[in-house]
Amino acid sequence: MKRPLSLGAVLLAALLLWVVAYPLLVVFAEAGRADLGAFVRDRTEWQALWGSLWTSAASVVLAGLVGVPLAFVFERYDFPGRRVLGALVALPAVMPPLVGVIAFLFLYGESGFVPRFIQAVTGAATPPWRLQGAAAILLVHAYSMYVYFYLFVRAGLARLDASALEAAASLGAGPAETVRRVTLPLLRPALVGAALLTFMTALASFSAPYVFGGGFRVMTTQIVATRLNGDVAVAMLETATLTALALGGFALVQWSERPGSVAAIGKGTPPALRVITSPAGRAAAALAGWLLAILLLLPHATLLLISLVPLNSWTTETIPPVLSLVNYRRLFTEAERLRPLINSLWMAAASTAAALALAVWAGALVVRRRARLSRLIETLLALPWAVPGTVLAIALATLFSVRQPALGRFILVGTAVILPLAYAVRNLPLAGRAVLAGFRQLDPALDEAAQSLGAGRAARLWRVTLPLLRPALAAGGALAFVTALGDFVVSILLYTFATRPISIEILSSLRLNDLGVAAAFGVVLMIVSAAALGVGARVGR
Amino acid sequence: MSEAWLRLERLAKRFPGHTAVDDLSLDVAQGEILALLGPSGSGKTTTLRLLAGFETPDAGRILVGDEDVTAQPPARRRFGMVFQHYALFPHLDVAGNVGFGLKLDGAARARRIAEVLAMVDLPGYERRPVAALSGGQQQRVALARSLAPEPRVLLLDEPLSNLDPTLRERTRRELREAIQRVGITTVFVTHEQEEAFDLGDRVAVLREGRLEQVGTPDELYDHPATAFVATFVGRANAIPGELAGAAGGRILVRPEALRLGEGPIAGVVTARRFAHGFAYFTVRHDSGTLLEVYAPHDAARVGDTVRLRIDEVLLSEDGRDGR
Repeated sequence: MKRPLSLGAVLLAALLLWVVAYPLLVVFAEAGRADLGAFVRDRTEWQALWGSLWTSAASVVLAGLVGVPLAFVFERYDFPGRRVLGALVALPAVMPPLVGVIAFLFLYGESGFVPRFIQAVTGAATPPWRLQGAAAILLVHAYSMYVYFYLFVRAGLARLDASALEAAASLGAGPAETVRRVTLPLLRPALVGAALLTFMTALASFSAPYVFGGGFRVMTTQIVATRLNGDVAVAMLETATLTALALGGFALVQWSERPGSVAAIGKGTPPALRVITSPAGRAAAALAGWLLAILLLLPHATLLLISLVPLNSWTTETIPPVLSLVNYRRLFTEAERLRPLINSLWMAAASTAAALALAVWAGALVVRRRARLSRLIETLLALPWAVPGTVLAIALATLFSVRQPALGRFILVGTAVILPLAYAVRNLPLAGRAVLAGFRQLDPALDEAAQSLGAGRAARLWRVTLPLLRPALAAGGALAFVTALGDFVVSILLYTFATRPISIEILSSLRLNDLGVAAAFGVVLMIVSAAALGVGARVGR
Repeated sequence: MSEAWLRLERLAKRFPGHTAVDDLSLDVAQGEILALLGPSGSGKTTTLRLLAGFETPDAGRILVGDEDVTAQPPARRRFGMVFQHYALFPHLDVAGNVGFGLKLDGAARARRIAEVLAMVDLPGYERRPVAALSGGQQQRVALARSLAPEPRVLLLDEPLSNLDPTLRERTRRELREAIQRVGITTVFVTHEQEEAFDLGDRVAVLREGRLEQVGTPDELYDHPATAFVATFVGRANAIPGELAGAAGGRILVRPEALRLGEGPIAGVVTARRFAHGFAYFTVRHDSGTLLEVYAPHDAARVGDTVRLRIDEVLLSEDGRDGR
């Protein structure tokens, strides 16, 4: 049966091709003009590539080592404080990357709390370590990315069929053997998914290498450095290389998520929680849990504390001597500092609205009408997820720096449009995933009922579809908004002075050594993000 | 009854808020098939899980031969279990599932797998992914998997409940043949009387965690110990004693033990429901009591006034309600 080819599908596909695929093609075309031979012979390029690859792989291992055991503990055992801690453990996920990085700087950096404390105790004249290079990057990655393993494996464990484990036991398998031969194989999709997600995120990571990298090279920072040096052609080659790497990862992810890789048979009930009953066991679990919580919350607490330290009031003391709200007052009273706040808020809101609108349009075409081009539209919606922010920013900057209307190229760089556009493209996968899933859960009979009651297309959208999609819109929208609000990697390549967002202001405050204001911005970002996610979750219910 | 091989001695299991199994004792002979029959919440599944070792009893013992296995973990108990939803490992193929509990390697392992698959009539299915099998085939793979390590006792949790009705009867027959071929001591749980009677050598009727009665299907049907058993294993009319000429109380009579034609009881046929060439007639007695009568389908018509007599009283109770 031939499916209808609707005008809407053609228009949407064309629009997505224009803002998602076309910029990448332009990058590859421009890269083709660079001197490939010189690029291949340049040792620093290979160092950066190798640095990106091995730190990403190491990030996967570290994140897995932290996240998987945590998932087992929280999904299988009950102990005092399990619920609160279980939520806290996911906290690093809501910290914008740059904010996390500066929190680590304040906490473990050369003049951070921990080294100062160690110096005060040991009386040493120099800090015990320098937070720099690959080790620092991996520390930040492990902290922020173990959450993927934690969440994926917890979800996988919750879906496990208890009777599969009992079947293994009744066939003579002991607990360790059951984990090895049944639990882990069944968790493979979750583990593979988390590993790929971590790898892709680490590959695209920019804030940590940018702040802590020092002489250590990875692709993302190399691209920005080359571009700032004016070597545009080489930067294009580097961007193309990273893009190819990321697209390879994307293909792997699509493959690993293909349906039916390991299908559950029949329905099952998850294993019951094992309650830790012995008083000593409970005390140990609670103690370990709260120590972990403190460790996880330290960066947040540090940020809060630094935000209360007035400019130039803290020099050599272990603990800051003066605390006040003066930084926050400066944030909201000085026009130059209020500007980035307002910029970030409106740009995040506008880009989220645009991404959601495109997602709803796509959902109506792909899920409802099953129009032709559905596969293309879905792939284009998901594609930006795989594209590192650095690549996306450079691709859009390249496409929209020339005026060639016939080729679909306009000058948007330097205008207020480019950043929200980039945010929106970057958020298409988040919005698309949530909204398409929402559409798939809708009963088509409801739309048909509305039709038979005489509702036109617009009326059905407003009165039936959108209200029913509200949870999906709220969830996807909140995530997209938070991502755009905290964005650093795209912003640093595309901002203008008039449209500078919070993250850029954080960085410049840091450069001016105005740590308090930088931290205050970070705290405001976290609070707004948490509030947005909270509202999203509440509306979603 | 031959000598007891699997013994449940005064088992009790309490969960927060309710007692699932209460002072339950049962003996199962070697090679015997015992059905645990009861409505939901009767404790039959808990009993099976106690046997398998997934639950630990609060009191009582489980013995196999002379060995006390009460405290043994499931992995060491050597009891095979077939789960209600089969619990096949989706990441393994048929051979991987069936061979899971085998301690054998190489050719011996493959031989045993082939042997067990032949036993459940699935020869050559080794390399099939389990998700590609039909419900009945999955059930047989689950059975083969539990039988492969040669367990001492086979446990089945609602073995046929997951199959559609047309498949059920055939699978039930195949299941019985497979079990009998192996000659293994079997305990299975069901809430369907027909299944229990058809598969079980003996049937234990449970109710609210307690054993109501255990016996062969004929014993349970013809000589139920309680009104609960009488109504759970078949249809029965509860008739006020006066109707049957007794002084009071209540008697239970099966529909087929009420004879249409001549008799002391008069009533009007209000409904007729066909059942395999015969029919159940609902007869309203003058006192308002409704009686169910099993008779050839043309024995009466709706609206007829009929007379009845009681051929056989199943159970009579005194004035108290024995429930």
